[in-house]
Amino acid sequence: MSAPILSREESQALLQRIIGFSKAERIQVALSSSHQANTRFAANQLSTSGSVDDTSIVVQSWYGPKHAVTTTNDLSEESLRRAVSQSEALARLAPDDPEDMPLLGPQTYDTVDAWFDGTAELSPTDRATAAMTALGATRASEDLRAAGFITTGASSTALANSAGLFAFHRATSANYTVTVRTADGTGSGWAGADHPDWSKLDYRAVSERAIAKAKASRTPVAIEPGRYTVILEPQATGDLVQLMLFYLDARQADEGRSPFVKETGGSKVGEKLLDARVDFTSDPRDPDLLSQPFDGQGLPVGRQVWFENGVLKQLLYSRYWAKKQGKEPTSFPGSVKLAGGSDSLDQIIASTERGVLLTRLWYLREVDPRTILYTGLTRDGTFLVENGKVSKALRNFRFNESPLFILNNIEALGRGERLAGTEAGGDVVMPSIKVRDFNFTSLSEAV
Amino acid sequence: MTDRREFLKVAGLAAGALAADPRLTQAVAAATKPGLPNAGPPMDAAVRELLMEALNAAKLSGAGYADVRVGRQRRNFVFTREHQIQNVVDTDTMGCGVRALVDGTWGFAATQTLTKAGVAGAAREAVAIAKANRIARDRAVELLPVPVYKDVSWQSAFTVDPWSISVEEKADLLLRANAEALKVKNVRFVNSALFLVKDERNFASTDGSVIAQVFVRSYPTLTATAVAPDRSDFQNRDADIAPMGRGWEYVLLSDLVGRAGGWAEQAAQKLSAKPVEVGRYDLVLHPSHLWLTIHESIGHPTELDRAMGYEANYAGTSFIAPPEKMLGKLKYGPAMMNVQGDRSQEGALATIGYDDEGVKPEDFLIIKGGIFNDYQTTREQAGWLRWWYDQQKRPTRSHGCSYSQGWSDVQFQRMPNVSLLPGPKEQSFQDLIAATDRGIAIEGDGSFSIDQQRYNAQFGGQVFHEIRGGKVVGMLKDVAYQIRTPDFWNSMDLIGGKASYQLGGSFFDGKGQPGQSNGVSHGSVPARFRQVNVINTGRKA
Repeated sequence: MSAPILSREESQALLQRIIGFSKAERIQVALSSSHQANTRFAANQLSTSGSVDDTSIVVQSWYGPKHAVTTTNDLSEESLRRAVSQSEALARLAPDDPEDMPLLGPQTYDTVDAWFDGTAELSPTDRATAAMTALGATRASEDLRAAGFITTGASSTALANSAGLFAFHRATSANYTVTVRTADGTGSGWAGADHPDWSKLDYRAVSERAIAKAKASRTPVAIEPGRYTVILEPQATGDLVQLMLFYLDARQADEGRSPFVKETGGSKVGEKLLDARVDFTSDPRDPDLLSQPFDGQGLPVGRQVWFENGVLKQLLYSRYWAKKQGKEPTSFPGSVKLAGGSDSLDQIIASTERGVLLTRLWYLREVDPRTILYTGLTRDGTFLVENGKVSKALRNFRFNESPLFILNNIEALGRGERLAGTEAGGDVVMPSIKVRDFNFTSLSEAV
Repeated sequence: MTDRREFLKVAGLAAGALAADPRLTQAVAAATKPGLPNAGPPMDAAVRELLMEALNAAKLSGAGYADVRVGRQRRNFVFTREHQIQNVVDTDTMGCGVRALVDGTWGFAATQTLTKAGVAGAAREAVAIAKANRIARDRAVELLPVPVYKDVSWQSAFTVDPWSISVEEKADLLLRANAEALKVKNVRFVNSALFLVKDERNFASTDGSVIAQVFVRSYPTLTATAVAPDRSDFQNRDADIAPMGRGWEYVLLSDLVGRAGGWAEQAAQKLSAKPVEVGRYDLVLHPSHLWLTIHESIGHPTELDRAMGYEANYAGTSFIAPPEKMLGKLKYGPAMMNVQGDRSQEGALATIGYDDEGVKPEDFLIIKGGIFNDYQTTREQAGWLRWWYDQQKRPTRSHGCSYSQGWSDVQFQRMPNVSLLPGPKEQSFQDLIAATDRGIAIEGDGSFSIDQQRYNAQFGGQVFHEIRGGKVVGMLKDVAYQIRTPDFWNSMDLIGGKASYQLGGSFFDGKGQPGQSNGVSHGSVPARFRQVNVINTGRKA
């Protein structure tokens, strides 16, 4: 039962019908339809699996500067009319919004081809077969336990309003992550892959990588916490570095509550804040990113440069704040990429006299918004590198670090890779990086 | 530190606040009315028909067991900043989720199409997925038998349905609170919001249970931001208001308007607070802070699915494993430490009449006299501990911890309310401070992070008071403490009494793949912990 995902024509027709019900001064309607399916396994056993079909409508109505949002997933005529009238009733009651902006008129969007029929039509048997690449090996070994998650889906999103705007995008998705642990509980290895096209996922290689990491991470030794040269694999880099995106708001900086506040007034745009090799960008059309070419309010999303050669190039301006400050509004990106270098991970390891190699980071939480300081832990494969080789498995660490600090301490940049296990979500490409003086503050016994 | 902080106890409400707002008086009267009803409205006949249709389709397709949930969840959010409304959002989602067990393997399917054909299609899809998974099965899933609850209903303890309150009244309350906060010098920004949820769950299983339930959750929030005049620093103060399984009466009782100025004052004070010196301190932790430490370091590691490796790929496993080495053996804390799991505390977020697989939850002691005593369980899991329950001469049955965030997600083991029970001696947060020579008293929850087995954790807070010679001598900033879970709980040497017990909680606790969100409360008394490692988190970019 693969659900019908609404096409461009169907979406447009439905949105126009809903807009036709409106009695308000202005209306904007968003529509999303999706089919998501997953297979989950743990303790060497299939656990839960399922599929969900859903279509939801988000209606926003305005009377002057008063507005309100209503959402529903009931597509009957009666329910759609009710959603429109409910948003109108709420909008009439809502106080004036002094920051309200007029609707956007028709826009021009890039086309991003992120739809793959084979992924949309994937069956539960296909997923169970992929799961067996891990389960078959771990059951046979008697010493290994696998837990993993395979999720695939197809969706479309569309947006239209009474000023003539219409946007449509459809995409498929596929993601496989797996954690393999040793039966004695001393080793754990994680690996993952993600792409809109299932056929691009080498799930066998992912399973093999997790198994190899689990075996290599067995019986870790403790070394003193402190400042170390650290090699972050792409996933670990991304877990920390992508958080910068959430601190790029121009208004926060102008209001004096952002890491990019300039004490003399304004922001640090134009200042070199990071290593000269740092290029931090968003681009929906990048073949490794393939994200939605418009944001939730209908602004086109093109290529955006946040940092170039370590210089802060721009901050995010909402439509209101841009108008107030005389700037161009910035769309909110759905993707992010930190440009990589040419070295392979193996080459970076080979060039390292002594350092710590990290697979991924976990439970990152903001400690100080003034410096983007986060705490978190290493997980599922932490190793000591000595004389250019991985020499032993290490106990995990807690760290207190900031992307602003580590991107000033770069020693080497590896190749970029699309991430599968991002804590914040989205389409993310990150390289492995080697940095000096990474701040481990305590040891964790957790495996 | 003031009487207002004890607001959750109705008895402690400041008389002035009551006089100021007649609606508050009514709310208090409603909340203190004895014998709140917990039987809800009966199930809608059309919904019942859909449940039976889906069960029938699952059985005909070959399910050995199936359960069906038809749910509706409405949410209402109001967001403000300073003197303006940012957004008013009303969401409504309905659908049907069917779980089927075929030959020992699960399948699940959910649809928004609430017709007989729609739910029957989802039931057949769930069975088809279960059958497809047979090729990867190892052991067969077994469910413990449960009593049948036929045509029962339950409703949570709310007296004023938030959907009966106009958006104007909701916005007005937030804007008045913002205005109070902005009166404070150097407080330049304030954000506040209301999160309100109404959830209707209709359940039926092939065992014969048919259950209708309704609950409401309410969560008012406020954050005041103070900015130093020279732009060299900014500090936030989040309100200490617990989300609760209550209605609009609770929002009024929270007295956002009356308390906003106090929180704003503390945000401003933090600008000139003294940076903490790193070292070991005795910590006196208020329930508005300690609930989160309980959640992370006791709630999560005592989930049986985590201990058995079922969450290894995402949320993680647990240091409390394997069960045979831990149950009755692990010394979690001192003998005065008793921690209860329950879904029965009135007004708590995880409180419910029947869980999402038709089990009537029971109260159970997770930690008894300082010793680890039990895990959180479901029908699939409780049988794994039969040896322990036999040894204890207790029945082997689910504690009723199955939960799904809504109709579109499969149910699995989620946290009940997990609470630190009061000690025998009646003593307050102030009494604990008075008994402490050199330490830090912490109020409110802040930054939190813990490893995937729940050993090593780091917690911040909202307000840090320096204690010298039994007295608060000033405010500190940039404070976080790092713990190793068993060492931390074993260092607890003083706990508050019954009068100091209050609920905190999380509205958005995440677990599972795909991720699901759960609401859960944690009751706590204030407690003191000896010689905890405190770090300074301040640093210049």
